[in-house]
Amino acid sequence: MPTSGMQREERLLARLAAVNRLRSRAEARRTRSGWERTETGDARGPALEVSGVSASYGPYRALFDVSFTIRQGEAVALIGPNGAGKSTVARAVTGLIPVTDGSVRVGGQEITGLPTWQIARAGVVHVPEGRAIFAGLSVEENLRIALRRRSGRSRTDEALLEAYSTFPMLAERRHQSAGTLSGGQQRLLSLAPALMVPSTVLITDELSLGLAPAWLDVVYERLAEVHRRGTAVLIIEQQIDRALAIADSAVVLQRGSVCYVGTPSGAASVAEELITTPGAGWAAPGPGT
Amino acid sequence: MNTFLGYAIPGIPFGCTYAIVAIGLVLTYQTTGVFNFGFGAQAFASAFVYTVLVGRGIGTGISFVIAVLVLAPMLGVALDRLLFRHIASSNTVAKIVSSVGVLVAIPELLSLIFGNQTRFAPPQLFLNQASVYFHLGSTPINGLELETVIMSVAIVGIVIAILHSRGIGLEMRAAVESRRMLELHGVPANRVVGFAWVLSSTMAGLAGVLLAPQYPTLQANDFAILLVAAIAAAAVGSLRSVPLALAGGILLGVIGGLGAGYFPPSSIWHTGLLPGIPFLLLAVLLVAAPRLRNLETSNDPLASSDPPPPPPITVTRAPELDRLIKGGGRVLAVVAVVSVLTWVPANWVFVLTTGLVFSVVFLSITLITGMGGQLSLCQASFAGVGAFTAGQLALHFGMPVLLGIVVGTVVAGIIGAVAALPALRLRGLPLALLTLAFALLADNVAFPASWIGGPLTGLNVPRPQVGSLSFATESTRAFFVLALVVLILCALVVRFVQRGTIGSYLAAMRGSPAGAAAIGVNLNSTKVLVFSLSACLAGLGGGLYASLQQTVTPADFNYEFSLVFVVVVVTTGVRTIEGAIQAGLGFVVVQQLLSYLPGRFGAGGLAIVLFAFGALTYASHPEGVVEYQKRQWTQRAERILLRRAPRGTPPAMSIAGGAVPTIHHSLQPSARDRVESG
Repeated sequence: MPTSGMQREERLLARLAAVNRLRSRAEARRTRSGWERTETGDARGPALEVSGVSASYGPYRALFDVSFTIRQGEAVALIGPNGAGKSTVARAVTGLIPVTDGSVRVGGQEITGLPTWQIARAGVVHVPEGRAIFAGLSVEENLRIALRRRSGRSRTDEALLEAYSTFPMLAERRHQSAGTLSGGQQRLLSLAPALMVPSTVLITDELSLGLAPAWLDVVYERLAEVHRRGTAVLIIEQQIDRALAIADSAVVLQRGSVCYVGTPSGAASVAEELITTPGAGWAAPGPGT
Repeated sequence: MNTFLGYAIPGIPFGCTYAIVAIGLVLTYQTTGVFNFGFGAQAFASAFVYTVLVGRGIGTGISFVIAVLVLAPMLGVALDRLLFRHIASSNTVAKIVSSVGVLVAIPELLSLIFGNQTRFAPPQLFLNQASVYFHLGSTPINGLELETVIMSVAIVGIVIAILHSRGIGLEMRAAVESRRMLELHGVPANRVVGFAWVLSSTMAGLAGVLLAPQYPTLQANDFAILLVAAIAAAAVGSLRSVPLALAGGILLGVIGGLGAGYFPPSSIWHTGLLPGIPFLLLAVLLVAAPRLRNLETSNDPLASSDPPPPPPITVTRAPELDRLIKGGGRVLAVVAVVSVLTWVPANWVFVLTTGLVFSVVFLSITLITGMGGQLSLCQASFAGVGAFTAGQLALHFGMPVLLGIVVGTVVAGIIGAVAALPALRLRGLPLALLTLAFALLADNVAFPASWIGGPLTGLNVPRPQVGSLSFATESTRAFFVLALVVLILCALVVRFVQRGTIGSYLAAMRGSPAGAAAIGVNLNSTKVLVFSLSACLAGLGGGLYASLQQTVTPADFNYEFSLVFVVVVVTTGVRTIEGAIQAGLGFVVVQQLLSYLPGRFGAGGLAIVLFAFGALTYASHPEGVVEYQKRQWTQRAERILLRRAPRGTPPAMSIAGGAVPTIHHSLQPSARDRVESG
């Protein structure tokens, strides 16, 4: 059809404009948010070191030699198109899928091959994407399980009360079965415990996806708070403007490999390049939607 | 009123025995996520060891400690480590088949170890069985009854306390939903589940030792029947509520007591209806109670971290090898048939013919479980329908037996379609339980009637007569040819269904019933059709079996055979037609070979143990042992013969987290075939 070429160009232009908009928005937000940038060359040690990690689902290989480091108290954004392996990186770190090659360290301690629960106790908190809750348990039971090991048995009730005061919606529904909450409420329930207690590393997979906009600011505020208290954060996001806005550095994944490690603005231009390259696989209708 | 109480009150302690097992089932289901058919066998194991120890003069106290506090927890650990841990994230079919394997294997294993002589029930644990402690109204309460009631109340309290505890109870319930999520919260989920198995197995042991004195002799079958009746009691509490399970058990006991009192003995109500009441209640609850319908709704949010299942090896193997194997298979089949027709001894011809007939029955399981993804535990009952129809028609109307078998096939198909109607809204565990209830209703209510199951001595079914060719006077080789022809026809029908529209509908329904409905698949008519066709195949096999054996009794088709059949077929390979045939031949050949063994090993129990252990391997190879071995050997052969890397390791492939894995272009043929071949 004669118009198709024109339409394609238009769409491309629209996407480029979107990226530019994102970048300026990101700059603006960075200045007013509570996020402090970590100076490069800081003497702080690494919180999470991923070196040469490969992983696969059965015979299907999903990660190829992925390496990056998060320093203590640093926030890193992990971005990439659909199916690039972002969630797989998180799963490999927490041992949900086996690492076939390479190593993962937390605070200098080797955790490759450990069972997930030991990795969790080593200080890695992973909030998986979607409604990662126990649907058959009540809201309070969900929180209690998540907070029990994290805050210590004696301080569970305290952490529980803090969660309720931060997110009053959860307090209102504490005896309701978690599966009967709305999608956005379930997402909040899965996030809440991770945002109450600082840890060595916090991995959030698609933090904002499905979350009601009303809670978005509260969630990001709490994230900033645990970050300020020393938690290194790995933010996996499709909504790259928000992720890049709060990150100290960024990693771009494509087809299971790292194709960029560096500053957030550099990552944004790599992302832009990926969009304009045909067949790079960045999902329509473009990032930041 | 006094008569009423006189009938009702003795029912209460008996109902409590149902309740103890029912509460054990609820506990196991709530803390491990497995609906454990093996619970009855675990209870039997402890009761058995307790009886053996007491019989050797060891005190009841020490015997109790060994049987309940040592053996039962060890059994729980073993079951968890060897079996259920590996199928935590598998589908319902895997879990049910594995636990049915446990139910079948343990009693046979025990009788292999200790011999199968009659064992008389052990004495009471704490109270004196004979002495009457007090009267309730005018009904005497003896020690056995008192102890059962006290124990079941205590068990209710303990189980409720455990289930609702904030520590381990909460973690056990969470582990059922998602072990991976629990581990992300820093809890060692495998240890939690291991503890749950120890707990539930100890509970089974306790139940076994408490219940053993209720029966005059110790028999595994009593425990299996008790288990199934207890399922009805547990269903009253939707498999969740402990107090309701207790109430359900007592209700069943009281109904039984009243029925036994008011129905005239030897009336149809007394002999027919009364034993079937628990199963009738189970069926009604499954159909009517909405909470039982959606038992399997909670899904692991992290299930997408599991690798996708491998495609069947017949699809991915090299074409050269494929030709070689198919050609070799044909040659082998021809050689086998020619051998049977010429030099194979008569008793082996009979065995192989039985194998072919079983293959026909097993094809019905391929259809419903392999293709439909649903477990039916009443296929032996459908086989019985076919057999008894052919036999009764020949007996009363002198109908030629081949025609009778055809009528039997049709009757089984109609009954299958009718049975599918209440099952329309069910899938997974509730459907399996409903079919089990059907099987037990057939065993207890329908087949004992002489106009169905024939006289006690058995129903005579003649061999066919075609023109001047009489299969009765001719050697069994003629019947072998007949069975072979029927089997080939049935295999063609199944293959036709598999490759046709119905096959792809079934594949879609197996993946997602809602998704299939959304693209326009009529779930109800497909389900009725498949149930009916599957019942037809079972009925046809049953008719042939009856004509081959020439005498059949209801015991040939009782529910245990339904369970064993499913275990055998699923173990061998439920997804393919070859799987059913290999299962049919393997089942009889293994039994025949083992019968040459001396003493108790030749009695047939060993074969069942072997197949049940096969069901345990199902945990690690859900595609079936034969399919797994085929994959291994094919890959080995491909490496050696063709000097090439085994397939299934495509290059870069991206998998979006949480989404359906993208199908790599080189895998598309196999993916297509997966839909076709189910």
